Amino acid sequence: MAFLDRAARSLFLTEILSGMGVTFRYMFKKKPTLNYPFEKGPLSPRFRGEHALRRYPNGEERCIACKLCEAICPAQAITIEAEPRADGSRRTTRYDIDMVKCIYCGLCQEACPVDAIVEGPNFEYATETRAELLYNKDRLLANGDRWEREIAVNLAADAPYR
Amino acid sequence: MASFWDAYLWPGVVVVAQCLAIIVPLLIAVAYLTLFERKVMAAMMLRRGPNVVGAFGLLQPFADGLKFLVKETVIPSGANKVVFIIAPMLTFVLAMIAWAVIPVSAGVVLSDINVGVLYLFAISSLGVYGIIMAGWASNSRYAFLGALRSSAQMVSYEVSMGFVIITVLLCVGSLNMTKIVEAQHGLWFAIPLLPMFVVFFISTLAETNRHPFDLPEAESELVAGYHVEYSAFAFALFMLGEYANMILMCAFTTILFLGGWLPPLDIAPFNWIPGFIWFLIKIVILLFVFVWVRATLPRYRYDQLMRIGWKLFLPLSLLWVVLTAGAIVAFGWYPTAS
Repeated sequence: MAFLDRAARSLFLTEILSGMGVTFRYMFKKKPTLNYPFEKGPLSPRFRGEHALRRYPNGEERCIACKLCEAICPAQAITIEAEPRADGSRRTTRYDIDMVKCIYCGLCQEACPVDAIVEGPNFEYATETRAELLYNKDRLLANGDRWEREIAVNLAADAPYR
Repeated sequence: MASFWDAYLWPGVVVVAQCLAIIVPLLIAVAYLTLFERKVMAAMMLRRGPNVVGAFGLLQPFADGLKFLVKETVIPSGANKVVFIIAPMLTFVLAMIAWAVIPVSAGVVLSDINVGVLYLFAISSLGVYGIIMAGWASNSRYAFLGALRSSAQMVSYEVSMGFVIITVLLCVGSLNMTKIVEAQHGLWFAIPLLPMFVVFFISTLAETNRHPFDLPEAESELVAGYHVEYSAFAFALFMLGEYANMILMCAFTTILFLGGWLPPLDIAPFNWIPGFIWFLIKIVILLFVFVWVRATLPRYRYDQLMRIGWKLFLPLSLLWVVLTAGAIVAFGWYPTAS
């Protein structure tokens, strides 16, 4: 009988038809797709995206050229050169991040004693050439100016857990 | 001069116009079939499908076509150049010329020949040459394996398709497409010949290399099968040919089993709608089933494919030929067409 049962089931395509019933029902279900460039998903305050160098509210740059980030960077993507400025404070003359090397581990922002280098919430910075991904200090400071509001909110939201 | 015009030029112009009247809507239908397939598949997979190019993605097929046109046609250095270029053209041309005998509505057909079914069957069998030429000329293992599989598959399924067509012909008594449709007034052949309808439909899936019988293309094992080396417009010709073949096979199924342009019931609200609309609706429903099957079933293994073809469909269709013929003789239901 088991043989007859199996034969009848394959001959009348019952299993294929019930499978097709499932796909047909799924056709009318709500689509979970996010309409990406027009809608975006939520991001955690800890999201590690494009880097930015921040400034103090008075416009002074935060980075003090301690080179902790350069030292900890596992991909050795950060290059820093520093000199005392005219007013005697220690500042970077060069702060480069090779975004192609970067692995977005977030160790640079962990190491930073003054919250100068941070990984912001921006992840849409694809470029057409490789050279555009070799960021220099101007580019990083500009990122900081552009994303400061979001970065500050994220840092505040994450502060109780640190 | 006037007689030359009347005898040769004017009929020529008329024929060219008729051909264009078939081919242009067909190509647009093929373009939108690709979009339809992507949309339906996406819906069944809980995705949205193309929806950015134009409203609801309606311009997507043209964007794709334009991309095919501007890409570079790469001809592999090891390929046999002449055969490599002829193969896609052959596939495309064969898919187009088969439409000459398809009656779209009562009397609306390019050439109403008396051996329409034979012509269509011959043309669809020739389709395998395009594939096998492509596979051989590409000088690539994947392409060659795909071509071999395709030819074996098409040959096996054509046998049972032939028997299914014979059962229909036994009931009609004519090879003329128009007469086949007219013989289905009142009762579509899909109802008395339901098992044959199912066998024929599954065989058309195999014949057009569609899921679940897409072994010639089998993305996961053969990359893309016989058109793995093709790019740009040569590839587009293959795609056009393949999708045109799908529509053709759906049209053929409609004519053989679903009463062509006839409305489901010959009563008031149904027979107001013109015949070609009914024909179109039936083709679209069948194409939807093609896509639906693709979204549902995984690919058959090669030995399963051969088993279904030779050990299931062939005996079943043979049995049905004998049964139908026996019933016709025993009860004296001789076809009145002819």
